[in-house]
Amino acid sequence: MTELVLGTRKGLFVLEGEPHGPFEIRARAFAGETVDHARRDPRSGRIFATVTSPFYGPKIFYTDQPVDEWVKPPGNPSFPPAQTVSGWEQCGGVELPKGGKSALKRIWVIEPGEDDGVIFAGGDPGVLFESTDGGTSFELNEALWNEPTRPGWQPGGGGLCLHSIVTWPGEPQRLAIGISAAGVWLTEDGGRSWHQGNKGLKARYMPEDAPEDQIALCVHRIHRAATRPERLFLQFHGGVYRSDDSGASWTEIGEGLPSDFGFPLALDPADPDSAYVIPLTADMDRVTPGEQVRVYETRDAGSSWTARGDGLPAEHAYLTILREAFDWTGSGQSLGLYFGATSGTVFGSADAGERWFTVADRLPPVLSVTVN
Amino acid sequence: MPIVRLREPLKRLAGNCSEHTLQAGNVSDLLIELETSQPALSGWILDERGLIRPHINVFVNGELGDGRSSLQDDDRVEVIPAISGGASR
Repeated sequence: MTELVLGTRKGLFVLEGEPHGPFEIRARAFAGETVDHARRDPRSGRIFATVTSPFYGPKIFYTDQPVDEWVKPPGNPSFPPAQTVSGWEQCGGVELPKGGKSALKRIWVIEPGEDDGVIFAGGDPGVLFESTDGGTSFELNEALWNEPTRPGWQPGGGGLCLHSIVTWPGEPQRLAIGISAAGVWLTEDGGRSWHQGNKGLKARYMPEDAPEDQIALCVHRIHRAATRPERLFLQFHGGVYRSDDSGASWTEIGEGLPSDFGFPLALDPADPDSAYVIPLTADMDRVTPGEQVRVYETRDAGSSWTARGDGLPAEHAYLTILREAFDWTGSGQSLGLYFGATSGTVFGSADAGERWFTVADRLPPVLSVTVN
Repeated sequence: MPIVRLREPLKRLAGNCSEHTLQAGNVSDLLIELETSQPALSGWILDERGLIRPHINVFVNGELGDGRSSLQDDDRVEVIPAISGGASR
């Protein structure tokens, strides 16, 4: 049985099913609320939801309650907002320093760390939080908050979002993070200090003679190859890149794609030469190109790309897939790939992208997908 | 002393109590006092800057007010989500 935890514009959904068939909606929480990211920590089983209420601001909630106990009350056509039912708790410490000039705008991502009990959260304005108690409470990463270049950081279209938190297997002190539009930042000391990792990234929206150490770099997504952790793949705001030196420098690998603009990225943990992207036409036309939906796969570290679309919409399709809305499970030939669109459709593949099926349709706009 | 009235989900966070009597000279101070006495409300009405969140309205005796609105004994303050908050959702 495969479980998907979705964040949508209208709540959190838990879906379950077998590959190649439609999944059942097992539960919904935060009805009516924007859930930017939702995921289960596989170590503890705890489910997290980052909720951006237009009224009450951004919050992170968690529950340890089994999905079967998210009771749907009789007579109510929908699951109630989690704030009004038991079982969900608000994570502590998810806030900026009191009395300052900034307010937290959104939490974009939750990411389990390497050490037991460590959970990271990234948000707007370009902030990182860390929990060491399994996500019950968080603390702001002060070094990044006080980074001297911060006053010059510019937000992308979605805000100054810290959206990618990339751990290093077995080395909890090493992290790479991606901020739109403040580039790639690296730490080797557990976040006590940070340095940029932007060499080679080319921003087409900047003058050609802009200095190489510029920060206004609109990184869209980063992932690390599990078995070769010095290798990372990056989807940029125009450009797909690979780094073989732990994020210090980047090589463009988008040649052969119908468009090198897009948001999400996935990898096969068994193959450090693998990556999957879902291109969108352009930054001014953020829909899948050619009126069809295709996932593009490389197995040679970006030297070539193969379209994977068997079972995906082949005509009249104008979908948008956001950065957190693509995830994977397993590896090798049984790699499971799942992505959701803002149209409310979720697609899946149980064979590394060879064949695709519709997991669910007619959901609210899908903002995030995680698979267990 | 002024009274502040809350609706769900703020009421639940404030000990499931909809009315709170607090000493304060203006709305901003009243809300700070409310957060101090009901820590679970921290960050729900006021942001980190101490400002009332953009899509929350405060009414003083039925009239739309703001953080600077002065308060007298027995004034009634209501905290209500603004209709504008649903605009882009």
